[in-house]
Amino acid sequence: MDRRDTIKSLLLGSIAGGVGLSTVPGCKTDDKTPAISPEKVGLYGRNEAELAHDQKIFAETYLTEYELTTVAVLCDIILPKTEKFGSASDAKVADFIEFIVKDIPNHQLPIRGGLMWLDHESFSRFGKSFAEASGPDQIKIIDDIAYPDKENKKPEFAQGRSFFNLMRNLTVTGYFTSKIGIDALGYVGNRPNIWDGIPEDVLKRS
Amino acid sequence: MQIKETPKQYDVIIVGSGAGGGMATNILAKNGLKVALVEAGPFFDPKDPKTQTQLKWPWESPRRGASTNRAFGDFDMSYGDWKVDGEPYTTKEGTKFMWWRSRMLGGRTNHWGRISLRFGPIDFKHKDVDGLGDNWPIGYEDIKPYYDKLDKMIGVFGSKEGRYNDPDGFFLPPPKPRLHELYYIKGARKSGVPIIPNRLSILTKKLNNDRGVCFYCHQCNRSCSVYADFSSGSCLIFPAQQNGGQVDLYTNCMVRSVTTDAEGKATGVSYINKEDRKEYQLNAKVVVLGASACSSARILLNSKSAQHPNGLGNSSDVVGRYLHDSTGAGRTIFVPALMNRKMYNEDGTGGAHIYSPWWGDNKKLDFPRGYHIEISGGMSMPAYGFSYDVTEMNKYIGGELGGYGDKLRDDVQRFYGAIVGMAGRGEAIARYENRCEIDPNTVDQFGIPVLRFDYKWSDYERLQAKHMVATFDEIGQNMGGIPLGDVPGKDKDYGLLAPGQIIHEVGTTRMGDDPKTSVCNKYAQLHDCKNVFIVDAGPFVSQADKNCTWTILALSMRTSEYIVDQLKKQNL
Repeated sequence: MDRRDTIKSLLLGSIAGGVGLSTVPGCKTDDKTPAISPEKVGLYGRNEAELAHDQKIFAETYLTEYELTTVAVLCDIILPKTEKFGSASDAKVADFIEFIVKDIPNHQLPIRGGLMWLDHESFSRFGKSFAEASGPDQIKIIDDIAYPDKENKKPEFAQGRSFFNLMRNLTVTGYFTSKIGIDALGYVGNRPNIWDGIPEDVLKRS
Repeated sequence: MQIKETPKQYDVIIVGSGAGGGMATNILAKNGLKVALVEAGPFFDPKDPKTQTQLKWPWESPRRGASTNRAFGDFDMSYGDWKVDGEPYTTKEGTKFMWWRSRMLGGRTNHWGRISLRFGPIDFKHKDVDGLGDNWPIGYEDIKPYYDKLDKMIGVFGSKEGRYNDPDGFFLPPPKPRLHELYYIKGARKSGVPIIPNRLSILTKKLNNDRGVCFYCHQCNRSCSVYADFSSGSCLIFPAQQNGGQVDLYTNCMVRSVTTDAEGKATGVSYINKEDRKEYQLNAKVVVLGASACSSARILLNSKSAQHPNGLGNSSDVVGRYLHDSTGAGRTIFVPALMNRKMYNEDGTGGAHIYSPWWGDNKKLDFPRGYHIEISGGMSMPAYGFSYDVTEMNKYIGGELGGYGDKLRDDVQRFYGAIVGMAGRGEAIARYENRCEIDPNTVDQFGIPVLRFDYKWSDYERLQAKHMVATFDEIGQNMGGIPLGDVPGKDKDYGLLAPGQIIHEVGTTRMGDDPKTSVCNKYAQLHDCKNVFIVDAGPFVSQADKNCTWTILALSMRTSEYIVDQLKKQNL
């Protein structure tokens, strides 16, 4: 395959899988606002070098719009809205994942490759990308990769399981470190307090 | 390069503003001396809202506090960690050493654990017990008055226990245990391991008008904005300045060497101003090094002259040798009884409210020195990594692994606060062979030759770590808990962490009566150069199974008073 064919097939791949070549830094043209805007990153006690690092990360692009759409769908399957608490999307978990894969580059390949694995699986089974597949179809795939396979009955899903495990970890961490998630958890610290020992009722139970 | 001289003449130059340098600044300034305090990092004040991380929420960091920029996470108050940009260190082939440097006013005291333990009588004379290492030239009775003054000056909570080798002090009231600590107490008692209230330099009661009282946010590692925990800036340097002391701060100034005259006497220091990258000279009657055990050794080794051809204070060739860190090993225990927690604020003070001092009889054990146990756990504030692999925990209770949605939310909630950590911090044997020296081939970005470490653990430390892990597993099982992960075997040094990793490195300029086998005398004054003193952990002969800061502070106070006395007598 010569260079021109390579480019052609990459382009075809991008149409088929939706993963474009628009991942070159600086090519992003939309003006989507991240959860924490670059102007605000200094507000958690950064020194100059750290501030510059954060701004550099914010200015970079890794995951494409298309990839992020799938990430958001996955996040909301992992932690949907409940009666009391907001969903992963409400907590802007996809924005967190968008940032963290640039900040911790080890996450990049497993996420990008995993998303392609997921689309490939969805196309093979339903003729549609994962994001475009129906809710019940999406869940069919998720149920194949969301649980361990101790008896090795479905080894073909092993890579999908690794990917889902990472997505689950990043989603849980992103959600429960957001305001919505902290409230959902019921963590009531990080404020001035008086500590006078274990509450009586808890002490009695233990 | 032209070296610029500052016309100002100081009584004392102090290098480094951590525990040792801060205490020296405080005592010497209080006694009317004109002090230059030289710090390699920037100015830092825990109450400055621009740099404050205390009470920030995880979502205020776009990485939710992950460790990309700071090794202990975004909110940890240390500028510099295992790496400092442009200032490398190296290790000899086949050896490992991890070196933490905090480049900021107050140094590592801004983020440390505030564990403030006195060394006991045995700790100063341990060679008499087991024939290993060396005795200190001083005993507990020499340093006790300084520990006493320190307790009253800075404040430490704790309880009178009457334990011979864990001497009592003047204590503020200790906080009551948290729930997981209560389980630990039950588990440890069953194994015959003693538990006493922790001893932390955190104000649980008002001490003076300069400092606030602890409001129980558990974030001492972020440096307290109301000065309720000890840091060198808030408790020593700022008070010295406010009380009329003549203290000039030279921040972002990196000391290259101590300068000496034709007689070999110190005349001051030469330093690089990091902002203009030019070299300057400061002059004083006395030079006090408190740059940290390894940094002070580096400065001495880089201070070569005709009078001190092997480096200043190094006619013995002992500078850099006997380097030792505390040993460390830990275990994580899952305690099913702590599942399904009722939610309430149990942040408490920084660190643990209780601890276990060493209890064993080493004559009956296969390793020579002891360790203490630190406990962690509870319903702590989520940060990056929170609830990773949480569904895996189900395998210990017969639940279903994996999943998503409500099941996942339920898992997060049920397992929250059910993990207890135990960490041992023990005493290593100081050995002549373990050292830092000047790397002949490497300089830092200022052209200053850097340190090369050459450190190996022995079986004394490995077998101690083995005992730690076995003890933690036993206590964990007594708590009805399940230790997570495999028991580390011989191939992993039984779980012993790397040298330097506990950040208690000491011993590089050890004190002693014999100038042939020690660098400084019992007042931490160089044998080879009377007007140079060392106030960091370099002069430690041995580390004890305690943490080193309270002893650094007490020794620095003692040395500083000695300097005042010697200046009055015109002996320097």
